[in-house]
Amino acid sequence: MTTSAASLPAVLRPRQVLNWFGVAPFFLFATLFLILPTLNIVIGAFRNAEGQATLENLGKLFSPSIRAAFWISIELSLLTAVLGCLFGFFIAAAITLGDLPRLLRNAILTFSGVASNFAGVPLAFAFIATLGRLGFVTLLLRHWFGINLYGSGFNIVSFLGLALTYLYFQIPLMVLIITPALEGLRREWREAAESLGASGFQYWRMVALPVLWPSLLGTLALLFANAFGAVATAIALTGSSLSIAPIVLFAQIRGDVLNDPHLGYAIAFAMIVLTAIANGIYILLRMRAERWVK
Amino acid sequence: MTGKRLWSWLAVVLGGLYFLLPLVGMFDFSLRMQRDGYSFEAYRIVLTDAQFQQTFGYSVGLALLTIVLGILIVVPTAYFVRLRFPGLRPIVEFITLLPLVIPPIVIVFGYIRIYNTSSILPLTGSWWGTNILLLFGYATLSLPYMYRSVDTGLRTIDIASLTEAAQSLGAGWSRILAIVILPNVFVSVLSGAFLTFAIVIGEYVFAALLNVNSFGPYMVWMGGNRAYEPSALAVVAFIITWACMGLIQLFTRFSKFSTVRR
Amino acid sequence: MAFLDIHHLEKSFGALRVVKDFNLGIEKGEFVSFLGPSGCGKTTVLRMVAGFETPTSGAIRIDGQDVTAAPANRRKIGMVFQAYALFPNLTVEQNIGFGLRVAGEGKTETAKRVAEMLELIGLPRLGSRYPFQLSGGQQQRVALARALAVRPQVLLLDEPLSALDAKIRVSLREEIRRIQRDLGITTIFVTHDQEEALSMSDRVVVMHQGVADQVGTPFEIYNRPATRFVAQFVGTLNLLDADLMDAAAGHIRLGDVPVALNRTLPGRVGDRISLALRPETVALGRREHGSVVLAGHIAEVHFLGSVIRIRVTVAGQLVSLDTFNRPDRPPPAVGTPVEVSVSDRDLLVLAA
Repeated sequence: MTTSAASLPAVLRPRQVLNWFGVAPFFLFATLFLILPTLNIVIGAFRNAEGQATLENLGKLFSPSIRAAFWISIELSLLTAVLGCLFGFFIAAAITLGDLPRLLRNAILTFSGVASNFAGVPLAFAFIATLGRLGFVTLLLRHWFGINLYGSGFNIVSFLGLALTYLYFQIPLMVLIITPALEGLRREWREAAESLGASGFQYWRMVALPVLWPSLLGTLALLFANAFGAVATAIALTGSSLSIAPIVLFAQIRGDVLNDPHLGYAIAFAMIVLTAIANGIYILLRMRAERWVK
Repeated sequence: MTGKRLWSWLAVVLGGLYFLLPLVGMFDFSLRMQRDGYSFEAYRIVLTDAQFQQTFGYSVGLALLTIVLGILIVVPTAYFVRLRFPGLRPIVEFITLLPLVIPPIVIVFGYIRIYNTSSILPLTGSWWGTNILLLFGYATLSLPYMYRSVDTGLRTIDIASLTEAAQSLGAGWSRILAIVILPNVFVSVLSGAFLTFAIVIGEYVFAALLNVNSFGPYMVWMGGNRAYEPSALAVVAFIITWACMGLIQLFTRFSKFSTVRR
Repeated sequence: MAFLDIHHLEKSFGALRVVKDFNLGIEKGEFVSFLGPSGCGKTTVLRMVAGFETPTSGAIRIDGQDVTAAPANRRKIGMVFQAYALFPNLTVEQNIGFGLRVAGEGKTETAKRVAEMLELIGLPRLGSRYPFQLSGGQQQRVALARALAVRPQVLLLDEPLSALDAKIRVSLREEIRRIQRDLGITTIFVTHDQEEALSMSDRVVVMHQGVADQVGTPFEIYNRPATRFVAQFVGTLNLLDADLMDAAAGHIRLGDVPVALNRTLPGRVGDRISLALRPETVALGRREHGSVVLAGHIAEVHFLGSVIRIRVTVAGQLVSLDTFNRPDRPPPAVGTPVEVSVSDRDLLVLAA
């Protein structure tokens, strides 16, 4: 029995067949609920209502309103990703390298875990309650400092308001991801650099940042995709008054606006392409930045 | 040295301000329903609302089912990939990260197209079908978190030896997974589970587009129609998120102690 | 005044005094080891010399200049760390050239110096590799080259061999010593390995609980340990309790066996004293004049290859002694009554 089993190709041995049963549900699940739906969108984007191949749908993306929606989305995602990385980096650097009490570091990490998951509808409510027309901070500024926030043109239902709100989950996500990377910077590197005459700035420019670069890039791409796909926060905050790409798609799917499913495919396809490009750039840069590990 | 510490405190204080003010604002607003002072009126109204009870209960139930489904899919996969198919690892990891790359709204759009009433598998046509679709959708959303935490858990134990030991004692695969592997990665599974719970409980896009009346759409509806109740709902949601994260911390710490004792 | 002068150096972390009144002068070109168990303060002294820790009090002078308050990047000190702290994102060449680059040295000059250093450490062809592509021993050599490339005034080595395999450890320590001699660079070497300290150094500082217990040549440290700690920490040692009978005449009593040491001893009659003797100074059997002969019986025999370590019970205490293996003479059996002899000069009386 053992000899006959051994002479079969490895994949077909009874044992191995059994093992495949262990992973089969996963692949079935992923195919049905992740890959096929996505493929369906991608293919649909290149087909017209009669099922023929066409580029017409993609052409519709360049109509002024859709193009504007994508442009706002890209700006919003890029801005909050960059600012999220920047501020998150400062906070992570403060708690890892800044001689702060250990307790504070743990508290901030725990809070970041909460805040990075406190996205969506409740987050929008919290910001309306804070920076809305009757919000806590709005009133505080008016009564205590005599500053009329809304008189100066601010509105929570705006690009700026949305960006401020998105940062609430972008910054903590950065903190969570970059803190381990910062902790991975070895003390000896800094000391070796110092003993060789390098200033703190030179150490960061020549050693620390190049070492952190892949993680920073990765987080930037992740934050971009994170902001780009965030729909619930935007809808709960702005209703549909601010037209960003995911809200336009949402409206398309709901059939609220022009009921053209193929335009929906095209918008969805463009969203995939953009997040894929973001991640592709990340992978490419990471490979270049990590020559020294592989 | 002191300069460094000063800058660090500055960063933390400014960050603290940005992160705490919305929480304070949210809480403050939720208490202002009655004109003559702070009260818990908004909470009373929300918590006694039949709609709230119904949608919230539904979301909790769905979140729990998502966790069970996630465990059933992820644990055997992570285990077999580690033990028997190390070559599949990059593929599986790539797939589990996809939900972070493909916007959720795109995924649910795909569902609506594939499983609509005129397809081979018309899930959206029936109540049951829609719920199952939503359940699988949420399992997809939680895939990155679930897989990562289970895989980290598996890395810390020697699954090959554990498996051989169990096999030598006559255990079969399902038994090995259920009584040997799962308890050993229980803490990791739990942290994945709580994270899943926090994500699913207030999820909006999937539910709204599949026309399911769960807690997320309920919150949005309240947001459009009421003034103070939404803040109370946000506080409730925030407390749930805190509880989930707090429990993760608690269990991870507990597991650290147990490793030390071993 | 010495080239590197450490003067009443103290360091406390909170209430904990890690380094207590540490004084040392190191001559130009000298190789000095700090030897001691972990936590003895040796690394802290080194880090204060490097400028990574600020002394609580005291002064450090290099070549007559007070550097106590100078930042690490102004001290012109080369440092090699235990866990090869090569910059992972830079190639070997870039690592070695790092100090020259930050100093604003020209490209050709830097390249020339880097090539010189690669030659010095015997890795002339590995310049374009990244640290992860090197073995531990190679990494540590590159770290040495990196520290030396900027022509530092002082070279500090913080347990540079501890993370390496035993064989590489021996070959690398010979190489470090060779390079150090060739360049004539003043060097402090921190280690907990007595063999390293004894074999490499001009002088050894044995540290214990923040204090320099003894400073001396390896020969002095090994043969004339000043304190009980030094005696125990450096090499293997027999420690025997004895009673002082006559301090002036040098008479003591080991159990109930009287022993004459023929020299004046400190202390008073009736004092309990500690005697130390190295296993290699004890011989099996009776030897001629000048020897103290003690009777006992064999308690244990350990065959170690070239050396046989035998433990003999003498006056109720165990004495280890080493004899060379000889194929024609099998080791004695346990329980055999024997005599051991030791020269009275080799019986060291330890303070405290």
